[in-house]
Amino acid sequence: MRALRSPAPLAGLLLVTGFVALALLGPVLWGQSAARIDDAAILQGHSPSHPFGTDNLGRDLLARVLVATRLSLLLAALSTAISLIVGVPLGVLPSLLPPRGARAAAGVINALVAFPGLLLAMFTAIVAGLGARGAVLGMGLAGAPMLARLTQTLAASVANSDYVSAARVLGVSRRRIALRHVLPNIAEPLLLNVTLILGGSLLGLAGLSFLGLGVQPPDYDWGRLLLEGLNRVYVDPEAALGPAVAIGLAAAGFNLLGEGLAKAASRTASVVRDAAAGEALEQVASQGVLSVRGLSVAFPGGAVPVREVCLDVAPGEIVGIVGESGSGKSLTALAIAGLVPHPGRVTGGVSLCGQDLSALSPRELRRLRGTSLAMMFQDPMTTLNPAMRVGAQLAEVSTTHHGLSRKDALTRAVDRLRRVSIARPRERARQHPHAFSGGMRQRAVIAMGLMGTPRLVIADEPTTALDVTVQRQILCLLREVTDETGAATLFISHDIAVVGELCHRVVVMYAGRVVEELPVEDLVSGAAHPYTRALVASLPDMDTDRSLPLATIPGRQPSPTEDGPGCAFAARCDLATERCAAGRPPLVRYGPERRVACWEAP
Amino acid sequence: MFLLRRLARLAASLAVLLAASFSMIHLIPGDPVRAALGATAPAELVAARRAELGLDQPIHQQLLAYVKGVLTGDLGTSFQTREAVAGVIADRLPSTVELAVLASLIALLVAVPLGVWLAIRTHNGRNPGSELAFTTVTGTVAAIPEFLLAVGLVVVFATTLGWLPPAGKDGPASYVLPVLALTVGPIAILSRLIRVEALRELDMDYMRMARAKHLTGRRLYLRHLLPNTLTATLTVAGLLLASLIPGTVLVENVFAWPGLGQRMTESILQKDYPVAQAVVLVYGAVVLLVNFLVDVALGVLDPRSAIRGT
Repeated sequence: MRALRSPAPLAGLLLVTGFVALALLGPVLWGQSAARIDDAAILQGHSPSHPFGTDNLGRDLLARVLVATRLSLLLAALSTAISLIVGVPLGVLPSLLPPRGARAAAGVINALVAFPGLLLAMFTAIVAGLGARGAVLGMGLAGAPMLARLTQTLAASVANSDYVSAARVLGVSRRRIALRHVLPNIAEPLLLNVTLILGGSLLGLAGLSFLGLGVQPPDYDWGRLLLEGLNRVYVDPEAALGPAVAIGLAAAGFNLLGEGLAKAASRTASVVRDAAAGEALEQVASQGVLSVRGLSVAFPGGAVPVREVCLDVAPGEIVGIVGESGSGKSLTALAIAGLVPHPGRVTGGVSLCGQDLSALSPRELRRLRGTSLAMMFQDPMTTLNPAMRVGAQLAEVSTTHHGLSRKDALTRAVDRLRRVSIARPRERARQHPHAFSGGMRQRAVIAMGLMGTPRLVIADEPTTALDVTVQRQILCLLREVTDETGAATLFISHDIAVVGELCHRVVVMYAGRVVEELPVEDLVSGAAHPYTRALVASLPDMDTDRSLPLATIPGRQPSPTEDGPGCAFAARCDLATERCAAGRPPLVRYGPERRVACWEAP
Repeated sequence: MFLLRRLARLAASLAVLLAASFSMIHLIPGDPVRAALGATAPAELVAARRAELGLDQPIHQQLLAYVKGVLTGDLGTSFQTREAVAGVIADRLPSTVELAVLASLIALLVAVPLGVWLAIRTHNGRNPGSELAFTTVTGTVAAIPEFLLAVGLVVVFATTLGWLPPAGKDGPASYVLPVLALTVGPIAILSRLIRVEALRELDMDYMRMARAKHLTGRRLYLRHLLPNTLTATLTVAGLLLASLIPGTVLVENVFAWPGLGQRMTESILQKDYPVAQAVVLVYGAVVLLVNFLVDVALGVLDPRSAIRGT
C-alpha cells in the first residue's frame, strides 16, 4: 500500500472510509430526526438547529443528507455489480471465441462503447419504469460497455502471453483458459478500476434521481434531495448545497482513491539525483570543420554516457565512429547537433566551421546548425513527418534558414530530390512519406541535408534499417555528396565492415570514451587497442572458419553510471595487468594520425 | 470502398436503433397506455389511444407502420399535449444542438492548445511542478459532475451576484452559464488526453529530425507537432459532440433550457411514451451520424486510417 503514502489517494481513502461508515451508521443515528415532521419549521433556511434548513414537511435537511448516504452508496454498488456481471464476460469473449466470433464480439463492444451511456441508461429506465430499480439497471447496463472494453484490452494482453499459448497447445478448453489463466491475471487491474466505476455510478444515479427518473418519494437519495433543493435555490441555496457537497465529495473520494491505486500499480521507480560532472578539458588547437574538446554528457542520477570526448573532422573527410550499443557514439553526435534530450547536460567545447558554439546566441546557434549541419537518423520510416508532404518538409529548411519564398524553396526541394536520384521528383515532392519506400525516404533525408550548404553531415546509423542492396546505394550516394560538396561526414555505426568501406578515419568508442583513432587502412591489421582488435576479429569474412563459433567479446560494457579509476575495458581484456585496473590510460599519439588509450598497446 | 463499408455499417446501426425504439413500448411491462392515462381514465379513451398507436394490430403490421411513419417524418402524437411529435422535435432539437456544438467548439479551442502547450512544457520530465499542478487540477475538475457545477454556477453567478440569468433561453447572456457548465469537465478530460497524445508525438523520430533541422519553435510545434495530434483530436472531438448532444439533458433541466433533453425528462415523468420513444430515436440517430462523419473525415485526412480501421 505504498500508494497511500502520497496525499491524494490517502485523502480518497479517508473520504471513502468516512462515507462507508456514514452509510452504516447514518440511518441509525439520524433516521428519526430525518423523518420527524415539524409543522412549525416548514421550508426554513439556514438556522443553528437546521444548518441546511428544512424541507416542505419541516424535516431537517442535514439529517436527510446524512441518512441518504446509505441508499446512494447501496444503489451505486448494485449498479457497479451489474456492470461487472455484464461487462466482464462480454469483454473476455473476444479473446476466447474462434476468430470469426471474436471479431463479432469486438464489433459489438465497439458499437456499444460509442453509444453515450446516459442515453442507454434512460432507455433502460423508461422500459423498466420510473424508480430506483430502473435507474440502477440502466446505469449498470450503461457502465457495462466501458468495462467490457477494459476487460477486452487486458485480456488481449494476457491471451497473447506464452503461458496461455502453451495452455492452448496443450488442448486446455477455452472455458478453462478463461477461468484459470485469463481472469486471475486481469483481476487486479479490474478491481482497481471498480473504484472508479463506483464513483461514476454514484454520479450517474445522482443525475438520474436529480432528473426525477431515479429514486421516487418517499425514498430519497442525494440526487433526489438535490432536485428538491434546486426548486428553492433562489431562496435558500444551502438546501441544494448540502446534497451537492455530499455527491461531490463522495465522487471525488472514489476518483482519488481509484486513480491513486491505478498509478501505484503502474509506477516505475525513478531516481533523480544530480551528477557531478566536472571534467578537465584537453586544450589542443585545431582547424577543420568540426572540433570537439572534452565533450561530456551527463544525466541526473549519475549516468555519464559520454566522457571527455575529443574529435576533429577535416573538410571532405569521412570519419567513422564505431562501438557497441551504449558506447556513447549516438549521444556524442546529438551533443554536437545540440539535440541531447532533457535532462541531459552537455559540457565541453564544440566548434563548428571555426566558430565556438558556446560563444553564440541561441538564434545564431540555430542558424549556424540549421544551414551547415545535416543530420541522418537510423530509421527512415519514422524520421519523416507523416502528416506533411515530403516537398514541404524539405522546403521548410530553406524558408526558415535561407529566407527563401515558399515557391523558390519548393523548386529547390524538387531539384535536390532529383539530385539524390529520385525519379519524377516534382510528383514525389507532393506525396506524403507513406508513399515512399525506405530507401527513398533515406534519400529524401539526404536531400533535406542538401537544402543548405552542409559543412558537416552527421549520419547516425543511416543504413542499419535498410536491406543490403539499398544500403549500398545509400552509402554510394553519401560518398558522392561529400565528394561534391566538400562537406565533412561523421558516420556513426556499429557495423565495422561498413565503416571500413566508407570512411577515411575511424574513431573507436568504449564506455563513453574514445579509446582509439586510426586511419581506415590500419584498421584490419594495425589496430593497437585490444578492444578494436576484438571488434575486428568478431567480424566474419570469407576466410572465417565456419566450423568454429564466431568470435565474441566476453563480458559486458560497464554502465554509464560506473566509472572506476582504471581502464573501462580491463575486465574484458586478455592483456590486462594490475596497472590497467589502477589507472586509466590517457589517449596518446603514437604515430601519424593515430591515437590510442592503452597501457599495453604495442 | 471505404465509404461504402462505413455507409453499410451506419445503415445497420440505424436499423438496430429503429428496432430498439420500436420495441421500447412493447418492453414496458403492463399496458403502457393505461399506465399513461391513469387508472381512472375511461375505457373508451384507452381503447382510442391504443388504436392510435396501432397497438391493436398484429405486431408485424405495427413494425411496418412504425418504419413507414419514421421514414415519412410522422412520429405520432403526444399523449399529453396532442401535438405532433415531429413538430416537438423540430421545435426543440435546434436549442440542444446549439448548446452542444457551442460547448464542443469552446472545449476544443481551449483544450487543444492547453494540452499541447503542457506537453511541450513537461516533455522529458521538465517542469515537474507544472505537471503535478495540471494533473491535480484537471483530475479534480473532471470529477465534478456537470449538474453539480451547473447548480453551483446558478448559486454564485445568478442568485448571489445576479450577473447572469439563472434560467431560460433569452439572448447571448443566457448561454454563458449552460455552456460553461458543459465545457469545464470536457476541457479537463480533453486537455489531459491531448497532452498524453502530444507527449507521444514529441518522442517520435520525425520530431527529432525536425529539431535537427533547427527550425523555429513555432514552426516545429505548429507545423510538425499539431497536425500529428489532429487524428486523436478529431476522434475525441467527435466522441465529445456525440456524447454532449444527449449529455445536455441534466444541464438543460437545471437551466430550464427549452431543448430536447428537458422535453424528454418531462415526457418520461408523464409517461408520454410517443415523445420519449421519438427523442431516444433522434438522440441515437444523431450520435450514429456524428460518429459516421468523424470516421469519414478521418479517412479523408489520414489515408492510412481508412485502411487500418477496417
